[in-house]
Amino acid sequence: MRDAESLPRRFGDYGGRYVPETLIPALDALEREWLAARDDPGFEHDLDRLLRDYAGRPTPLYLAERLSEECGRPVYLKREDLMHTGSHKVNNALGQTLLAKRMGKQRVIAETGAGQHGVATATACALMGLECHVYMGTEDMRRQKPNVERMRLLGAEVVPVESGARTLKEAVSAAIRDWVTNVATTHYVIGSAVGPAPYPVLVRDLQRTIGDEARAQLLEAEGRLPDRVIACVGGGSNSIGMFTAFVEDPGVELIGVEAGGEGIETGRHGAPLTVGAKGILHGAYSAVLQDDDGQVVEAHSVSAGLDYPGSGPEHAWLRDSGRARYLAVTDDEALTAFRKLAELEGIIPALESAHALAWVLANPGGELDAVCLSGRGDKDLTEVLERGA
Amino acid sequence: MTASATNSRASGADRIAAAFAASGKRAALMPYLMGGHPDLDSSRACLHAAVDAGADLIELGIPFSDPLADGPVIHAAGTQALQAGIKPADAFALCRAIAERVPVLLMVYANLVLVHGGEDFSRRAAEAGAAGLIVPDLPHEEAETVRRACKAAGLALIPLVAPTTTDLLLKQIGADANGFVYAVSLVGTTGERGELPPGLAELVGRIRAATEMPVAVGFGISTAEQARAVAELADGVIVGSRVVRAAGEGGAADVREVVADLAAALSL
Repeated sequence: MRDAESLPRRFGDYGGRYVPETLIPALDALEREWLAARDDPGFEHDLDRLLRDYAGRPTPLYLAERLSEECGRPVYLKREDLMHTGSHKVNNALGQTLLAKRMGKQRVIAETGAGQHGVATATACALMGLECHVYMGTEDMRRQKPNVERMRLLGAEVVPVESGARTLKEAVSAAIRDWVTNVATTHYVIGSAVGPAPYPVLVRDLQRTIGDEARAQLLEAEGRLPDRVIACVGGGSNSIGMFTAFVEDPGVELIGVEAGGEGIETGRHGAPLTVGAKGILHGAYSAVLQDDDGQVVEAHSVSAGLDYPGSGPEHAWLRDSGRARYLAVTDDEALTAFRKLAELEGIIPALESAHALAWVLANPGGELDAVCLSGRGDKDLTEVLERGA
Repeated sequence: MTASATNSRASGADRIAAAFAASGKRAALMPYLMGGHPDLDSSRACLHAAVDAGADLIELGIPFSDPLADGPVIHAAGTQALQAGIKPADAFALCRAIAERVPVLLMVYANLVLVHGGEDFSRRAAEAGAAGLIVPDLPHEEAETVRRACKAAGLALIPLVAPTTTDLLLKQIGADANGFVYAVSLVGTTGERGELPPGLAELVGRIRAATEMPVAVGFGISTAEQARAVAELADGVIVGSRVVRAAGEGGAADVREVVADLAAALSL
């Protein structure tokens, strides 16, 4: 029996809680706690103060003039790359860690792909004096070495994950297994708008500040709403954070850009919303890359943060309802956009965000674009230079 | 072997009930083996060896890419089977090979069941002679469509209950239970542990208060002593990682030895 004061667990058919029975009470407790916390002025005050004074909110909305010239229309960048720790991930990490503290959990676990969510969670745990363990695939540890060192410096234990392709999917699975075992003492800070309910809603609520700010800033700067809002989609946290404020504005097109990897036709990509089937991954029914038997297949992307075969259930629902559109750009296109933004604007974007920029560069139409620049690219230099791109 | 185990027209729940009733032991013994591990032929031999050595029912795992409820031994066995190209169809063939001897419960993750709809999977499982399904990432609240599909196909959908499960939820699980209730002995994933969890008697007592169905205990049980202690509380004993490890290390011969040891500990 659900009481009236509860969060939605499904977006259409998508979502749900496909996890071992062991975790159900913890998910119930998390849902109750988030409902109470988000209506608690004390919690809101504490979180707002941290986001503002510690992490750097609000972030600027920047009219990228040289990029706009190249594109033939004004392009605004929502500068999440300027956040403390280098990406939007800290919005969610601070919120969930504050929530963990409120629940009396002294131990925090997280998964990370690109390392940005791991660094953000390690940072929040250092700040709040909580024990932190971050699961990370060893392939990602290699690709994102500076972030591994940062997490360790912040006092977190980075737990190497050797199974499967040794990337984000396996890191999430390992974190869920830890949570199943240590659920009494531990809060799992999931890094994207994925996982069993209430995580997709919790992460969206904590990330929607991106779009709320951007919408107000655009109205202030231009006196109008954008024609198109564009964001990259891995699990989909920066994109759902950016989209939510605009969902009720019918004139605003919402575009999610997935990892096309080596090309959709090669099968080596990370684009479940573009070409995936419906399936269950990490506790939620959503768009998933899987074979005909239902085995989840590995994703491929130059960007560790998009190298994930699943997607947030709300995105699958926005896609089916036609409210948002999802497509993919390849590794090469993203690498070109990465370089272009550095040259044109003096901004080195995260490879994840470079996917959104690549689509904007290649797709005229619309008179005003707003792009979520979800993170900065310092972490990606080794990978980009190795590829000679 | 029981008469009803060979009767393919009896429902899965009836065959399970008969196997529990006719075990001739302190509790029914249900070893777990991973389908296709270490390879297809050895896997079939291991299943027969387990039954020869005294298994009353078999839990047969279907390898899955993302087994969230499994610890390192079963996870690795599943990965090895997948790498060798084992598919659900192979697991169904193994099921068919052993289902004439004892009831088989397929341990399968939800995505494999739902990928073409619960009806499709349940029908294939029933055709393979399975008595029921155990779906560790399908909690009670998500299980209704699969439960209905299982019922239509004559299969039991075995519910799992964890130490963290609330009494309120346990009551609903107990009311819907069919076949037996799987008591997850501990808070955690599958795997061998040194001791039985201290709260086990209380957990089994809570489940008994909520259902008439037999109760089998799994997760963390590996030794003869542990199996014997569990048999004091429950109707069935499930041993997974220890048997899977034996299959990987020494194939059918080791499985036979480990299961015989467990069966002896459960003898009256």
